[in-house]
Amino acid sequence: MTPAATRTVCARCTAHCSPGTSEAAERNKVPFHGKRIYAIRELLVEKGILTREEIQAQIDTMEARTPANGARLVARAWVDPAFKQRLLTEPKAACLEMGIDASSLTEFVVLENTDTQHHLVVCTLCSCYPRPILGRPPDWYKSFAYRSRAVVEPRAIMREFGTELPDDVEVRVVDSSADMRYLVLPRRPDHTEGLSEAELAALVTRDSMIGVTQAKQPHLAPSI
Amino acid sequence: MSPAFKPGDRVRVKADERAGHVRTPAYVRGKLGWVERIHGAFRDPEKLAYGGDGLPLQPLYMVGFHQTDLWRPYAASGGDSLYVDIYEHWLERV
Repeated sequence: MTPAATRTVCARCTAHCSPGTSEAAERNKVPFHGKRIYAIRELLVEKGILTREEIQAQIDTMEARTPANGARLVARAWVDPAFKQRLLTEPKAACLEMGIDASSLTEFVVLENTDTQHHLVVCTLCSCYPRPILGRPPDWYKSFAYRSRAVVEPRAIMREFGTELPDDVEVRVVDSSADMRYLVLPRRPDHTEGLSEAELAALVTRDSMIGVTQAKQPHLAPSI
Repeated sequence: MSPAFKPGDRVRVKADERAGHVRTPAYVRGKLGWVERIHGAFRDPEKLAYGGDGLPLQPLYMVGFHQTDLWRPYAASGGDSLYVDIYEHWLERV
């Protein structure tokens, strides 16, 4: 037992805990499936199937993908109607034009939000997500709560994200249950005429490309 | 293998309860919907999951449903819809 242990803020959470206590040990334990993954990794390296460098290179590639990729696609589609058509009809080729490599996807589909239709993407079976374009999905997207509720009560989910849509806008939930991956093309916000493509891309959030929110409103000058 | 269904066709998802790796969600089984689009043909995941080659390729459809047909009651706007990707061997013509 550590006498008069220093109470420090744990790096993994905001609770105060003492390093070296059973509480800290519990929180830092590698869970069962984590241990299995590490064991498999060690075996793959030991048997010469993969090298540590190859594994790290793949991690680096996956970590380099961010929602900024998707935001650039959306901003270009907002300013260039011909690009938007290519994005909707030949999405992988349109991605390549923007330097985004979506070749690892079997196929993906871009869902255009309009004045009358709003799309929300979910994978009820697991966590299918357009990772080559958006990077890794957020934890809430993979949760049982989101995966079960999004199909039954999409508007309640959106409300929890601060999004309220009128009844005359059709909410279309898309459950990516098979080989397709889906990306939402959010509506261009009002009062964005004259913004540059980069400024427009800054309004496109990850959550708006999943469908739980719309794109951000541009910052309006404060009135005195 | 040419697709049996085309966009606009009314279809019913089979009410099967087969075991194994199945990618037709339970909440649409036995439900009536329509073909929204044809995605192409892909290897059958029910065979792939067990080391098979997944052949022959199965046409994959985006099938649409009225939310009010899936959930009783559906608490929100009656115009809302839901789409699931379903393989041809799970669909019946209506």
